[in-house]
Amino acid sequence: MHLKDIIKLVDGTPLNPDVDMNIKIRGGCGADLMSDVLASSQPKAVLLTGLTNPQVVRTAQIAEFRAIIFVRGKQPQAETLSIATQENMPLITSPFGMFELCGRLHKAGLPSFESNVSSS
Amino acid sequence: MCPPARPPTEQEIHGRHGRPITDQDAHDISRVEELSYDLRVHEVMTADVKTATPDMPLAKVLDILRVNRISGLPVVEDEKLIGILSLEDIVRALQKNDLAAHTSQYMTREVVSVASYDSIVAAIRTFTEKQLGRLPVVDENQKLVGMITKGDITRGILVALQKDYKTEEVRRYRASHLFEDIISERTTLVLRYTIKAGDFTQGGKASSHIKRALLRLGADPQITRRCSIAVYEAEMNLIIHTTNGGILKLEVEPHRITMSATDDGPGIADTEMVFQPGYSTATEQVREMGFGAGMGLVNMKRCVDEIKLESTLGKGSKLVMRIFIPDQTVGVSRNGQTYEPSTNH
Repeated sequence: MHLKDIIKLVDGTPLNPDVDMNIKIRGGCGADLMSDVLASSQPKAVLLTGLTNPQVVRTAQIAEFRAIIFVRGKQPQAETLSIATQENMPLITSPFGMFELCGRLHKAGLPSFESNVSSS
Repeated sequence: MCPPARPPTEQEIHGRHGRPITDQDAHDISRVEELSYDLRVHEVMTADVKTATPDMPLAKVLDILRVNRISGLPVVEDEKLIGILSLEDIVRALQKNDLAAHTSQYMTREVVSVASYDSIVAAIRTFTEKQLGRLPVVDENQKLVGMITKGDITRGILVALQKDYKTEEVRRYRASHLFEDIISERTTLVLRYTIKAGDFTQGGKASSHIKRALLRLGADPQITRRCSIAVYEAEMNLIIHTTNGGILKLEVEPHRITMSATDDGPGIADTEMVFQPGYSTATEQVREMGFGAGMGLVNMKRCVDEIKLESTLGKGSKLVMRIFIPDQTVGVSRNGQTYEPSTNH
């Protein structure tokens, strides 16, 4: 799914529009625990999270996410924004909560890129 | 003015030479797919375009078409695209013996165009939908900036793929250069990073550098990913739990990667408990940042082939992890299991 379509689906606002948003997203993962993100995700997904600190960007980068969406209209710290822009990681904020966001994207056909505990 | 679109051939559907699509093919296809989103129309179009003006006599247009061996001309007034004149339009004029007429009398005014900033996938869609072979390209002010054909798109993708290939070649050359051309009994590349305690802002920076270094060395993406996740967790542990920070070290050898995290305190009371999922001594502040869930060492263990933790209370800890690089079998670890978790959908 195209990131631009995802932004529309979640009513999202791009926070670092200078970063290339013309990318394809293969799946999604929602988590507030960075270790969960590292443990269960697969590359080329979008990360939905309520955390806004710089570690979110680092974690997303290490786990090979392609974009981050902050839930409930959260705004990241300045440092987070600067690292994300430097590392070419699109940041988007959406007014919706985690459940709503996961539901919208999943319903629109974006597969879960989380692996469940038994398979990881 | 252009050949009609034809249905895809068997070969196009089922891959080259009718054989089943291999993983490599699938990778190439998805790269082409990615490129069709990444590349913009203005990157592949022909910018130097012959044009006609509305008051140009058709005889002159015919001359331009003949000399340049093209089948149509965009019509431009004040730099803006106002129409297109194709050979078919000229044939209509010929039937009426009206070659002296002005372009504006015979041109098609409803022109299908693409925007220069569109990704080429948009142009491909327009080509397919409208069954056209050639499209004028306009900027945001409807100013004509070029023409694009299907051939331009194919050429653009091939050039980009070749660029990819060359970059990859250079990386691989560097890697083999390092480990094959330099003769020693044991060649090791050591990367060393000092990690400060409590420096959350810089947290993950070293791992980020390590990841980039491994990719540049031509390491397999799967192994790079496993290694990055393991060192990232180790780096965060140094930041979260140590008194004075520590040293993160990566030793790259052709057959294995050794990662180590060393610190001088406070030390770990029970080096077995820390491997229990959920066991954590992290503060509330750390947990609020999304860490300290007691999964760090569990994650590291899952990513590496060997892990050893030694610690003395009051003196410090040393964590050593190893990933073995199998010969040729890309992405498969020694125990024969691929790391990539299976999809559950």
